[in-house]
Amino acid sequence: MAPHNSGAAEPAERRELLSAGDVARTIARMAHQVIERTALGTADATAVVLLGIPTRGAPLAARLAARIADFSGIDVPTGVLDVTLYRDDLRRKPTRPLGETALPPGGVDDRVVILVDDVLYSGRTIRAALDALRDAGRARAVQLAVLVDRGHRELPIRADYVGKNVPTSRTEEVHVLLTETDDRDAVVLDRREASS
Amino acid sequence: MKHLLATEGMSAATATAVLDTAAGLKQTLLGREVKKLPTLRGRTVITMFYESSTRTRVSFEIAGKWMSADVVNVSASGSSVGKGESLRDTAQTLAAAGADCVIIRHPASGAAHRLAGWLADAGTSVVNAGDGTHEHPTQALLDAATLRERLGELAGRRIAIVGDVLHSRVARSNVHLLATLGVDVVLVAPPTLLPTYADRWPVTVSHTLDAELPSLDAVMLLRVQAERMHGGFFPSAREYSISYGMSEARLGVLPEHAVVLHPGPMLRGMEIAAAVADSPRAAITQQVTNGVHVRMAVLYHLLAHEEEIS
Repeated sequence: MAPHNSGAAEPAERRELLSAGDVARTIARMAHQVIERTALGTADATAVVLLGIPTRGAPLAARLAARIADFSGIDVPTGVLDVTLYRDDLRRKPTRPLGETALPPGGVDDRVVILVDDVLYSGRTIRAALDALRDAGRARAVQLAVLVDRGHRELPIRADYVGKNVPTSRTEEVHVLLTETDDRDAVVLDRREASS
Repeated sequence: MKHLLATEGMSAATATAVLDTAAGLKQTLLGREVKKLPTLRGRTVITMFYESSTRTRVSFEIAGKWMSADVVNVSASGSSVGKGESLRDTAQTLAAAGADCVIIRHPASGAAHRLAGWLADAGTSVVNAGDGTHEHPTQALLDAATLRERLGELAGRRIAIVGDVLHSRVARSNVHLLATLGVDVVLVAPPTLLPTYADRWPVTVSHTLDAELPSLDAVMLLRVQAERMHGGFFPSAREYSISYGMSEARLGVLPEHAVVLHPGPMLRGMEIAAAVADSPRAAITQQVTNGVHVRMAVLYHLLAHEEEIS
């Protein structure tokens, strides 16, 4: 997961990976992939739920649902799943405030749940999300959609839908900016000076 | 946060963070079949109750269990306290046995504070679950959580605390917390049930409940603590009830949105009429429900973060 304090300190170097137009096109492509893989609108379709992981997974899930509705005419329920209470690094950080959790009416039982997050990195956030999801009910299947996969997995987790694969080094930071939470839509790569 | 000993001196930021966490926990658990979070797995919480209690002890135990902490309950009767062991030795025994957090209720004011001092080397967190007539901070926090749900933003609201303020740790904790949150607090009680130093608190004082009712956003009623009263604080229960009891008629005088709170256990017919206690204007069961979430939040803020380097 990318740190959510984008712009907290000025990076030594910032490069734009996706423009606002690229972000919109990427989400549209992911929406098509979701429709295809879940057979939405066909006789084989199972109920699908999109669950965004705060902070930026939540608006991403809403945008993905809007595109899916545009292309398929089907309104997919969306929700928000906070994973703070399930994280494995709570004892390594100062007290974290909780994010919002809001499951759609009907919950997740017997539905295909697509977890939505901005950046896939170590995989630990998704591990926490899987545990949180298990406590919320029994999904029929769980899939993962991320706008950016930057590599460096520490757990056996992979995404089903990837907006863009970005090879990175650990000294770099990938930030997804969305108008809902930031000043604009973009994906940027920050390179920090090696700090001692 | 290392300990929770009092609301006096607690910053607005800390109080708001705990209340926000409690609201988040409530929302997370809403409608869930399994009300259990893994957050405090492997942490040990011991409750030490030297005074009788139903809701507070049960509430802390449920809070700890829902956060997956291991909760052990010690009561003064049935433990080595009955053999004459001092509070200090009992506490150090519990810390040595591996307690990450000790929750204490004690009849002596300041007991939790002393305990925190004795356990500083062991690194054990201490939560005050009521010490004598001093403070009961989690009660004030759950009252604030309930008021936020009913009224929204608390700053600028006018809230009365009515009754036996003198003997009430709930009143003390609420005075300080509500004032910190920007509430205009008015104490309503007969002069005999007000502490002499109430003029040093950030409150106004009144002896006439009926005069205050129309301007209030909430009324917090206090139990008349007969067990702490040795002497005549008021002529009779009937007279107290007539002057300071929350009757149905008084409920009618309160503004439409105003809410009635009572920390329990309540004496129906004394400080609160049965019809008021059971009306939807009263938030008494909501307070108990919020108590669990607030105590979960307190344990989260005490135990689920990196060790503070002192």
